[in-house]
Amino acid sequence: MAEVKKIATRDSYGNALVELGKEHADLIVFDADLAGATKTGIFKKAYPERHFNCGIAEGNMMAAAAGASTMGLVPFASTFAMFAAGRAFEQIRNSIGYPHLNVKIGATHGGISVGEDGASHQCCEDFALMRTIPGMVVMSPADDVEARAMVKAAYEHVGPVYMRFGRSAVPVCHQEEGYTFRIGKGEVLQDGTDVAIIANGLLVAEAIEAGKALKELGISAQIINMATIKPLDEELVLSAARGCGKIITCEEHNILGGLGEAVCGLLSEKYPVPVRRIGVNDEFGHSGPAAALLKQFGLCAEHIVEVAKDMCR
Amino acid sequence: MTAQEKKQLMAMACRVRMGAIEGVHSAKAGHPGGSLSAADLFTYLYFKELRIDPGNPHWADRDRFVLSKGHTAPGLYAALALRGFFPQQDLLTLRQIGSHLQGHPNMNETPGVDMSTGSLGQGVSAAAGMALAAKYQGKDCRVYALLGDGEIQEGQVWEAFMFAHHYKLDNLCLVIDNNGLQIDGAVADVMSPYPIPEKLRAFGFEVAEIDGHDFEQMEDAFAKARQTKGVPFAIVMKTIKGKGVSYMENNAGWHGKAPNDQEYEIAMQELRAQLAEVEGM
Repeated sequence: MAEVKKIATRDSYGNALVELGKEHADLIVFDADLAGATKTGIFKKAYPERHFNCGIAEGNMMAAAAGASTMGLVPFASTFAMFAAGRAFEQIRNSIGYPHLNVKIGATHGGISVGEDGASHQCCEDFALMRTIPGMVVMSPADDVEARAMVKAAYEHVGPVYMRFGRSAVPVCHQEEGYTFRIGKGEVLQDGTDVAIIANGLLVAEAIEAGKALKELGISAQIINMATIKPLDEELVLSAARGCGKIITCEEHNILGGLGEAVCGLLSEKYPVPVRRIGVNDEFGHSGPAAALLKQFGLCAEHIVEVAKDMCR
Repeated sequence: MTAQEKKQLMAMACRVRMGAIEGVHSAKAGHPGGSLSAADLFTYLYFKELRIDPGNPHWADRDRFVLSKGHTAPGLYAALALRGFFPQQDLLTLRQIGSHLQGHPNMNETPGVDMSTGSLGQGVSAAAGMALAAKYQGKDCRVYALLGDGEIQEGQVWEAFMFAHHYKLDNLCLVIDNNGLQIDGAVADVMSPYPIPEKLRAFGFEVAEIDGHDFEQMEDAFAKARQTKGVPFAIVMKTIKGKGVSYMENNAGWHGKAPNDQEYEIAMQELRAQLAEVEGM
């Protein structure tokens, strides 16, 4: 079997911006001294007159992007997830969310896979923070193909969007040809009947691996990629609950406030079934290589398999 | 400025003050002090300076005004109503359920409001973003923002100042309402922002210092702002918080409190007397 191609979704983000920039002169980019890391630097190289470095001042960047959007432009504002959703939360809430402005937030370095920089930079709270803002779309792509399509969908969507991209290279699990992405629509990657595994971000590739291992064990797992955390694809979650009766959620995020709780919130009201949430268990991360950290925090196929086995016993 | 024009502006400023007081009294809540200190500025902007069309509040090439000190919305609303953006009787619905006049400005509900504000420090950044966008788009419109002197204690304001200078936003004109008071007392006592003009100059602004209740000084300052190229412009205007209502003047207690019925009558009597005096000039 050929080796699977791996690409970090932050690279996909930068590349997608360049592609979009070709067609749309109203697309501008803001960054906060992290253009090299967020990959908006790729856009800057192509369109220097449309890339605005705001310096290390994320609050001003978000509100300035809000102002620019009122003029009819479509600003993409980028920094690390910690400083976008975290530091600039209130600017996003009041200057972007409340007026429902057409600003796209491209937040990179989400989750524990930031690795060596440690807990101060490992944002595991962004889904929770962004979900609580009315009208905000919150998304996290699984791979390069989905990430690039997501950026285009975000541009076309009228209203605020938060996208979380990763630092580490992740396997490309989608075929480019014939692929379409729709905001708010989950994707069934594998049908199954015993347990439904609903994942996003880099946990999707792990869920696919887990699905294969479970098959060997005689457990039929439905694998769902839920790239949009808000608005949640309720229909798909409910059909998974009806079909499998058991759900596992997987995300590179605190188990509080993210995909897992969104799924639990829906199911507890409309179709209660047992749910197990795989994520960061309300603790801070620490320094280390990304792959090792993901294993240590149980954000890996092996742990998903263990949880599924336990649920299906 | 002709004597007649000055008289008209002075009369209109009295009406703006009355509108602000009527709104706050009707709402039994709101911020009269800073609405009154900035009433002359609101009047000058909406009746002299801004390129706007009340019949077409979303006109793409209009000048923008961002009330960064969003709590003084009653003063802004009064100016917008008097300028014809919406009926004056709407002012009496301020802060009521179902009203388009929210406690702090909402751009999606109130005709003429260019940016939703209220959380201090953010409006100036939005204004800078508008000015940057206008330059990118090649629009000749100008962007104005009004900040409180207490508001500039917010660190984000200085981020915005750096941004405005870095991107040479000479289409941006900021006004600082230096009424000297904030909720907890004198700005100098709470957390001194002084010296304000020197700090702005250090951040690369061209600065004018004026009496914020003098229309002729305002005219000179805004003319200078329009002529300034390559750097952003700031007007630091010395004002009296509560200006026009004797018992509110220079009293921090009237930052965010509505007059009761009796106090309302006194305020309106004083303002009506000022209007009559101006009209008799």
